Amino acid sequence: MKLFRADLHIHTLLSPCGELSMSPVNIINMAIRKKLDIIGISDHNTTRQSSLVRMLAEKKGLFVLRGAEITTREEVHCLAFFEDNDTILRFQELLDEHLPNIPNNPLLFGDQIAVDENENIIYTEKKLLTNAVNLSLEELEAWVHGNEGIFIPAHIDRMKNSLFSQLGFLPENLKADALEVSKKSSPDLFMKSHPEVSNYTLIINSDSHFPESIGTAYNNFLMEKATFKEIQMALACINGRKIC
Amino acid sequence: MKTSEIVNRLNLDIIAGGNGMQRDVTGGYVSDLLSDVIGHAAEGNIWITLQTHQNIVAVASLKELSGIIIVKGSTPDADTIKRCNEENIPLLLTDFDTFRITGELYNLLLK
Repeated sequence: MKLFRADLHIHTLLSPCGELSMSPVNIINMAIRKKLDIIGISDHNTTRQSSLVRMLAEKKGLFVLRGAEITTREEVHCLAFFEDNDTILRFQELLDEHLPNIPNNPLLFGDQIAVDENENIIYTEKKLLTNAVNLSLEELEAWVHGNEGIFIPAHIDRMKNSLFSQLGFLPENLKADALEVSKKSSPDLFMKSHPEVSNYTLIINSDSHFPESIGTAYNNFLMEKATFKEIQMALACINGRKIC
Repeated sequence: MKTSEIVNRLNLDIIAGGNGMQRDVTGGYVSDLLSDVIGHAAEGNIWITLQTHQNIVAVASLKELSGIIIVKGSTPDADTIKRCNEENIPLLLTDFDTFRITGELYNLLLK
């Protein structure tokens, strides 16, 4: 077993709040410079830039979890990741179906573009990506786990768009693979003030919107190798895998 | 005024918690932030919200509210309905938005 450095919450330039410098190539270069082994690509309510990041990163030995940061009906932000292409495509269809048809105003919210490996614009998302999708926290969780994905409520320490800010307290029987705290907190610190989360694995990520932020928070995954299944085992702390 | 009378006068649909309709309604509280309701709603208040998540039942139970009115015809989550039935908290539905139903309730209770 060995340790893998993982920062699982990174936005690309497709997120309206992501800087234009967050192209797949720049993200990968910065992740490697920061000695990360695993990154998660989690744009707001879209997976459309994540597959190119994965494809380009593979050649450089960087493992990429593909998914999104979803805004649920309660306006709780949650990370979701999937292993295979077919599931990512079906998840994208789910998001397209449930994201309201309200156009983005780039002047107010930022550009929503995807690029190719030469940084040519190949796609512009017209719908405002930061809206809530019409799925409850539990409906989203059920879809993710029904499709063997990873489900992680994001930045639960924050006073906006978090489990605690939107729902007051931890919902009973919440099935999460982990809970994420932001850089402003730490797993230990959060656990001390909220002992009710002690049954969950806590992780910390950078929630990067610009390149220099990548890897400024990360987790050490103790595993055999960097694969989706190994990451699932480490989050579940089973078969000797764990987060250190 | 009892919850049951408010249901009749405002033409609300009873989705769950029909056994808890005989409480006296002490007033209303309007908020979609659960932490705010926990902090500021008073015992016996009827609560108007667009939240449908099961956590609203725990809040209503904790604060001993007389009922929850869900606005804009939203369908409450299945767990929310189940827990309202278990805890006898009236879960009520209106097609009106928050502004309209709050005005109607205000006229009924305070004018």
